[in-house]
Amino acid sequence: MTPEGIPYLPRGVRLHFDKVRDNWVLLAPERAIRLDPVGHAILSRVDGKTTLAAIAADLSETFKAPLEDVTRDSTEFLQELANRRFLEVT
Amino acid sequence: MQVQPPIAMLAELTHRCPLSCPYCSNPVELTARESELSTDDWRSVFDQGAAMGVLQLHISGGEPASRRDLTDLVRAAREAGLYTNLITSGIGLTEKRLAELDAAGLDHVQLSLQGTDAAMADRIGGYKGGYDRKMMVAKWIGAIGFPLTLNFVMHRGNMHQLSRAIEMAQEMGARRIEVATVQFHGWAMQNRGALMPTREQAAEANRTVAEARARLKGRLVIDYVPADYHADYPKPCMGGWASTGINVAPDGLVLPCHAAQTIKGLEFDNVRDRPLADIWQNGSAFNAYRGTDWMQEPCRSCERKTIDFGGCRCQAMAIAGDPTATDPVCVKSPNHAKIRDLAADFSAQDEAPMTSRVMDKTRG
Repeated sequence: MTPEGIPYLPRGVRLHFDKVRDNWVLLAPERAIRLDPVGHAILSRVDGKTTLAAIAADLSETFKAPLEDVTRDSTEFLQELANRRFLEVT
Repeated sequence: MQVQPPIAMLAELTHRCPLSCPYCSNPVELTARESELSTDDWRSVFDQGAAMGVLQLHISGGEPASRRDLTDLVRAAREAGLYTNLITSGIGLTEKRLAELDAAGLDHVQLSLQGTDAAMADRIGGYKGGYDRKMMVAKWIGAIGFPLTLNFVMHRGNMHQLSRAIEMAQEMGARRIEVATVQFHGWAMQNRGALMPTREQAAEANRTVAEARARLKGRLVIDYVPADYHADYPKPCMGGWASTGINVAPDGLVLPCHAAQTIKGLEFDNVRDRPLADIWQNGSAFNAYRGTDWMQEPCRSCERKTIDFGGCRCQAMAIAGDPTATDPVCVKSPNHAKIRDLAADFSAQDEAPMTSRVMDKTRG
């Protein structure tokens, strides 16, 4: 996962708002992953057009957080999803 | 007790199936076509499920493609907001039907694999030409682009094909393979002599899975259900009874797990008579083993009681004769030696006959 990589959700993986539990989930083949606000903030910026670097910059500005920390955390989070085949990178 | 809503629903649309696998997870008394829920009944079940918090819908059977209204049911489930997973042998799916399922919004396909060659697969499935047909269906699935999970059901007769099954999953473009050793309930229970893996096979499968997981990290996800008769700790069956999953049988009976009817004395409600949410919250079968209050020793004081939830209630019933006992798979169970002996005895029965599933003993 490099800063220039463009992450995207492959077919069969989508964000879904769970009205009953009042939180966002990532729906994937035979899995439903509950997202905390940070996870949702990252994934809602994954649109198949934006690079990881641009996503991190946007998050850093929106949440007034150090770019270095945001980059590390988002990379880790997205890499974990990629390991489980819930995310692809072009 | 505060009852959390279920996350997943298993909708067993029908018990009809062109295959006759000797380990079928359907009950030994199968439901006849005349007793199946209608399209509108299922639509209501999906709406009720989504409203109570179900996110994942596993559309299964029997063979769900045996229902002519499958596409309508998938569409109804998507409209209800559910993630739709079709669990199929592939038999009964055509290229045209898959295109219709695609248009209806089907999210994911789980394709079963009875063996890695026609000789094995067709012998186990009891359906000549089934394997070749399945390979065609896998191609069509790939061409449409459905995310695919290959489900390799493993037992003594085909465990040596595990490495090849993992290769096939990659060749098919599957993101995931489920390697599921047969669990012994219902039909499989009648065929333990023919199906029970040996201890060496179980250990070999553990090694093969561990090696493949490391080698294929990020490319192929491997979910693994080991041979539990040879294990030291039980599987966390259903993630705890009536905690995350709800099953609806073809005739509308609502079950905490697919084998729950093997526990005599439990009474099950039907979606034709009672709202789904009420059954989940207040149904007697759902509350029978919910939480941890029902547990005996050694579970009651065990540090693992919220890890494996005492294991499988149906297995406790089958082996220990008591559905509130510790699953005998557990080393702490007083019946553990018994399951060890059963595993050794059954796995040595090289001449044991294999009884295929038959539809004639129907209920309804």
